[in-house]
Amino acid sequence: MRASDDDRLARDLGRAGRSRRVAALLLIAPLFFFLAFSFVVPIADMLRRSVTDTEMEEIWPDAAGAIRGWDRRTEPDEAMFRVLGRDMRASAEARTIATAARRLNYALPGGRSLVMNTGRALRGLEGEPLSWRETMLAEDPAWGERRTWIALSHSAGPLTDFYLLTAFDMERDADDRIVPRPPDQSLYLAVLQRTLLMSAAVTLLCLALGFPLAHLVANAPPRQANLLMILILLPLWTSLVVRSAAWIVLLQDQGIVNGFLQWSGLTSEPVRLIFNRPGVLIAMTHVQLPFMILPIVATMKAIPKSYMHAAASLGAHPAVAFWRVYLPLTMPGVAAGSLLVFIMSLGYYVTPALVGGASDQMLAYFIAFNTTSSANWGLAAALGVLLLGATAVLYFVYSRIAGSGRPLLGYGQ
Amino acid sequence: MTSSARTLTERWASLALAIFSAGVLVFLVAPILAILPLSVNDSAFLTYPLRGFSTRWYEAVFASDKWRLAVQNSFLIGLPATLVATVLGTMAAIGLSLADFRGKGIVTAMMLSPLVVPIVIVAVALYFFFAPLGLTQSYTGLIIAHAALGSPFVVVTVGAALASFDRNLARAAAGLGAPPLVVFQRIMLPLLRPGVISGALFAFALSLDEVVTVLLLGAPHQRTIPREMFSGLRDSLNPSIAVVATLLTVLAVFLLLVIEWLRVRNERLRRREGRVSG
Repeated sequence: MRASDDDRLARDLGRAGRSRRVAALLLIAPLFFFLAFSFVVPIADMLRRSVTDTEMEEIWPDAAGAIRGWDRRTEPDEAMFRVLGRDMRASAEARTIATAARRLNYALPGGRSLVMNTGRALRGLEGEPLSWRETMLAEDPAWGERRTWIALSHSAGPLTDFYLLTAFDMERDADDRIVPRPPDQSLYLAVLQRTLLMSAAVTLLCLALGFPLAHLVANAPPRQANLLMILILLPLWTSLVVRSAAWIVLLQDQGIVNGFLQWSGLTSEPVRLIFNRPGVLIAMTHVQLPFMILPIVATMKAIPKSYMHAAASLGAHPAVAFWRVYLPLTMPGVAAGSLLVFIMSLGYYVTPALVGGASDQMLAYFIAFNTTSSANWGLAAALGVLLLGATAVLYFVYSRIAGSGRPLLGYGQ
Repeated sequence: MTSSARTLTERWASLALAIFSAGVLVFLVAPILAILPLSVNDSAFLTYPLRGFSTRWYEAVFASDKWRLAVQNSFLIGLPATLVATVLGTMAAIGLSLADFRGKGIVTAMMLSPLVVPIVIVAVALYFFFAPLGLTQSYTGLIIAHAALGSPFVVVTVGAALASFDRNLARAAAGLGAPPLVVFQRIMLPLLRPGVISGALFAFALSLDEVVTVLLLGAPHQRTIPREMFSGLRDSLNPSIAVVATLLTVLAVFLLLVIEWLRVRNERLRRREGRVSG
């Protein structure tokens, strides 16, 4: 009797739990599928692009297959020249050859003109030539060089590490070894280094400016603390573009800051403060400062005042008490704020684009540049993998430090 | 510790702290305030000292087709994006609070991840993904992008409102025979409303400020307000920038005040609710 009641209760509870679960899933499903379509799948597809290489395969399907089967040691024979020659002629007639030419150019300097010129010549050809090899060699002796064919085999796909290597200024040489690119073709290690250094500089500046202000806020009476918080949050709510505009106005040669510097006699000439590195660092620090202050204030508020009193009553000099007792206790907030600022700085696009010069652009700029201006989607995707990877790893560390605290990221940049 | 017991060093230290902090506050707020007066300055240059009061730059902005189109685009993209983000985000937040199920942690992380991923990654990924679908250079594409970026704000704010929602109210209504939809409409929605509105305002503010996806995905005739400012700042600095900056700042302060008001009101409601049930 009792047992059957318990059973029925368990069954009813189970049924209620199940129907709640069904309702929950039905409510979650729309956003889940919407984000899958508009966020997860596109990003996964971008990651895929960084290691796939299908441009040559699409334009020269037979040649790409033949080149993939080549052992990279023997001389390419007439059959290979014939397959490539036919595909080149067909693509020149279909006017799709430029895509393949561009792809070869990534792997072989001068590859674009080599393909375009040869394609043009083959298009004018009547019927099948006696020897495709002789015809193509006559057009450009580069077809007889092994490095041309190595570059072709590196571009033939379907998978490639070419873009990821390029993101680190590396490439595969004729013997398939990974070697550094020549300096005149190197760019991205410097960009990576710049991105990391600028993010670190912004983090340190935010810490130096934010820590004392956080201390003031954490120890102020509630009313004053609230007012201070509104002042700190106000910039967060102001448009990013507006803040860039404000800094341009303030820091330009005829701006207030330069006016003050000249009036005070510190300089006689205007100092260049904008459209260069200092300008970007100032503007980025301004944007990121609230993200440093908020977690530090939260940590400082949780430190009992009695700890400092105890240290003082035990005879510690205030500076010693601060250094040995207070500062270590603020470390979780400092670490969380610093990581947050550093992670967000890594992905900056708008601020450097508006207040920086050509040599102040960070990783995000080159991701966008390779997407739109130079249409090197594979490289854009590879650089995106780097940025996303760095963000993910650091964010994991952040979530460990900050606990299950709400993520504050993403707003801005 | 009384002030008489404080050492001279401590007093100097706290004075130095106050002065330094005041400097940092000036650094935070002054740039935003500095651009505002230039919008009514009777000069073609964005420089101080002010030359006299004039509203001609406001007239110029209001009369300009370029800015009218930008405002129109901002709302044409921002309002539908906010609507999608708010409806889907509210539903998902309620669903997440309703029951536990396997993989809930991962689903929650996925729904909050647009807050974490750098915006340029989202923009580039959508550029690749939308191109073959014909969604680049379309309003639909931009609305989808902004809705995705705004939805986590709604999930977070509605989730926070739900965390303090007294489930017994919904149970009581259901026990009295109200169908689920009526329970939702009459009991849950009024109590969740501040959270929903805050989330919607966050999502709209994000769309109103977002420039990277518009740069990559938008057509030239789809320039929004920040996108037009972005071009203005790169080409030539003229006072219409100060006018638009002022209007945007006023709007931002307004949104901040509304959200702050909703938060305070929500807390008060909750306290009253606590008194009744306790």
